[in-house]
Amino acid sequence: MLPLALLLGGLAHADAPSVPDTLQQRIAACTTCHGVHGEGAQNGDLFPRLAGKPVAYLTLQLQNFQRGLRKYAPMEYTVRQLSPEYMHEIAEYFAAQQVPYQSSGVPNLAPSVLQRGQQVVTSGDPSRQVPPCQACHGKQLTGTQPSVPGLVGLPYDYISAQLGSWRTGTRGSKAPDCMSEIANRLAPTDITAVAAWLASQSVPADVHPQAANAITPPLRCGVLDSQGGGA
Amino acid sequence: MKSVRLLWVPMVLLVVVLAGWWWHAHTTEQSTLIATQDVSAMLKDPAVIAKGRYLATVSDCMSCHTQQGGEPYAGGRVIPTPFGNIPAPNITSDPEHGVGRWSFDDFWRALHSGIGRSGERLYPAFPYTSFTKTTPEDAIAIFAYLQSLPPAAQASEPPGLNFPYNVRSTLNAWRALYFKPGVYKPDPAQSAEWNRGAYLVQGLGHCDECHAQRDALGGLQGNAPLSGGQIPVQDWYAPDLSTQANGGLQGWTQQDIVDLLKTGQSSKGTAFGPMANVVGSSTQYLHDDDLRAIAIYLQSLPARAKLVPVAASFDSKALADHGHDIYVKRCADCHGENGAGLANVYPPLDGNSSVLEPSGINAARAVLLGGFAPLTQGNPRPYSMPPYAQQLSDADVAAVVTYIRQAWSNHAPAVEERDVAAYRHTPID
Ligand code: HEC
Ligand code: HEC
Ligand code: HEC
Ligand code: HEC
Ligand code: HEC
Repeated sequence: MLPLALLLGGLAHADAPSVPDTLQQRIAACTTCHGVHGEGAQNGDLFPRLAGKPVAYLTLQLQNFQRGLRKYAPMEYTVRQLSPEYMHEIAEYFAAQQVPYQSSGVPNLAPSVLQRGQQVVTSGDPSRQVPPCQACHGKQLTGTQPSVPGLVGLPYDYISAQLGSWRTGTRGSKAPDCMSEIANRLAPTDITAVAAWLASQSVPADVHPQAANAITPPLRCGVLDSQGGGA
Repeated sequence: MKSVRLLWVPMVLLVVVLAGWWWHAHTTEQSTLIATQDVSAMLKDPAVIAKGRYLATVSDCMSCHTQQGGEPYAGGRVIPTPFGNIPAPNITSDPEHGVGRWSFDDFWRALHSGIGRSGERLYPAFPYTSFTKTTPEDAIAIFAYLQSLPPAAQASEPPGLNFPYNVRSTLNAWRALYFKPGVYKPDPAQSAEWNRGAYLVQGLGHCDECHAQRDALGGLQGNAPLSGGQIPVQDWYAPDLSTQANGGLQGWTQQDIVDLLKTGQSSKGTAFGPMANVVGSSTQYLHDDDLRAIAIYLQSLPARAKLVPVAASFDSKALADHGHDIYVKRCADCHGENGAGLANVYPPLDGNSSVLEPSGINAARAVLLGGFAPLTQGNPRPYSMPPYAQQLSDADVAAVVTYIRQAWSNHAPAVEERDVAAYRHTPID
């Protein structure tokens, strides 16, 4: 262990800058991109919102970047050495943040495309064996504890990029990876439709993820097998 | 690029032929002089296995022989070299894909002589050029540990090298030029601690594989050991490790070196880039007496010649002034206006070896990438630095890096915008 006296001695040093001993201060790297409260930002790259997402989901994503299942070089570099305990603590910080959603733009699409999007989200597409998104992401699409994230309030670009990553193998999760299965079953035009419809919905007043027992997944998902998630 | 490379072929082949002859004329297989029955008893001894586990950690075998997110020691991680990519093979006890069917003699030939089980020459991306210093007793312990690992049935990938480097026999030439097999010989004029430090640094710790300049053929010859060098392809600069006059670690105390290797932080600087991996997976686990031995040895490295200051190709004053403005706005909160940092939280930039190293790569990449200080048992919840790749232009990074290289007591050459542009696109590994 690092001698505590040494640490305190350092902090008490007269003309040195003073630094709060808080998690928020420690994770300056993360908050530069994702915002101090995990509100997310669009700044060339799209830095997703983290605030209020389920803890186990966030922890698992950090592990997936660490293992190279999910690809984005600056994230992989930042998390490469973090321990499971530290990642969990950081995930808890972001999961507990409550900040309003920012509205983001939706491309101008024909009403029929949005209707198609709504249809896939609420009823799925049996001809391509696509289950309704609501079956796992919850009736309100605010996600379900502890491992399914919400789909409301996400920008159009982010949703379509993530579904695209599952198809190209730059995003993966614990096997069997149900989202990869679903993204590959969706027709490319349906990805546009689904992303556009989701991004154009207004965010409900209560965005908390629903309880785990609110859903019965129509497909097997590795992350839902052990309900403890990745932690 | 391709045509330039092909010009080398006839020359390389000529060297191969000559060196192949030299090699056969000059090598005799070294034997370990330990009786076979003693070896087989040692391989099953739990105390030997435990020692092997420690030594494998000192040598960081795992970080090369494990893929990102993969089974430990099951291989698959690709070591990039200027000559192509060389995957590290499976070295678990799996009989098919690992070293399960290897005898200790097979292993000794690999570790000590860089020769594979079928007699093939191994590429020096496997640092046998350092591991050759390992004693037979230590080699047995490491082998015993590998044999105790659960088998992982994962096939090893073939190397992806360009001609002529994909012909393993070309390595005979390389070996003749650069490889001297031989177990470490203690220096009787030095203390036992010093000798232990030298053994660890030159041998299992393979510090020189990064901390010395390689020439065009990837050899480590002609430069003083541990005098610093740029790591090819990965583009980081591993600084000179002398603590004496003009050394890269000038002024470092024994405690500073021990702190850095054990916790990833010291009063002189923080480990980052590849050194953060070395600390995270290897040196933090070293026993205190081994860390002290390493520090004693490094402190005995000689003083270095004073670098003749290169005449600046341009007037860097305006650049540094612009850098000062950026520094005050973006960096001073953590690193201090005076560049002194904050003990055990933020590294000092004044006198920092990675700010001062000759190339400027480390400081530029630290600013682009940001990141956490190494996570170690001594620092389980490290602080971090924001990445500036998304916020600062190449010109701004060049300015702030030039400023920190020339502020306070620092006097290092300026960094130019075009260098930063290149580092921005270096793959992260
Ligand atoms: C350089 C900017 C950057 C930094 C630094 C960074 N992130 Fe990210 N992060 C991103 C981007 C961009 C993505 C989306 C990547 C993708 O397309 O999959 C992301 C994705 C994530 C996700 C997945 C979000 C989701 O809903 O699936 C989590 C969780 C996350 N980051 C947490 C962190 C934490 C914690 C840190 C600090 C340890 C951090 N990030 C540092 C840019 C960054
Ligand atoms: C069988 C359950 C299931 C169904 C059905 C399902 N999802 Fe998912 N979804 C998940 C799980 C589990 C995750 C978390 C994956 C992970 O761990 O990376 C997820 C994650 C996502 C994400 C990533 C969110 C983020 O913040 O990064 C998107 C986007 C997504 N799903 C879209 C959809 C769409 C669109 C549909 C309908 C076409 C759908 N999902 C149907 C289980 C499901
Ligand atoms: C810097 C990366 C690196 C480190 C550290 C490293 N190795 Fe390797 N090792 C390699 C590479 C790359 C090869 C493949 C060489 C080739 O194909 O010619 C290899 C080959 C080997 C082989 C030959 C295997 C075969 O199937 O032919 C053995 C045995 C081995 N390493 C053991 C070890 C042990 C034991 C350690 C720790 C004491 C270690 N290595 C540390 C990179 C590394
Ligand atoms: C894989 C390459 C690699 C290996 C192996 C390696 N180093 Fe380093 N080392 C680096 C790089 C790159 C830096 C510069 C980055 C930094 O300062 O952390 C560095 C920096 C250092 C520093 C200065 C740290 C600072 O904050 O200025 C010390 C001391 C050091 N190394 C000691 C060692 C010792 C002792 C060994 C052997 C046990 C070793 N290194 C092995 C790459 C390596
Ligand atoms: C929020 C606090 C913070 C800010 C702001 C910050 N840094 Fe850092 N800096 C750190 C930490 C923590 C490390 C150690 C990170 C590591 O080891 O990877 C570091 C490391 C460095 C290093 C490598 C030195 C070493 O020994 O590790 C350099 C160079 C550097 N910072 C320069 C800068 C510059 C230039 C700026 C402004 C553009 C800046 N920093 C802004 C916290 C900060």
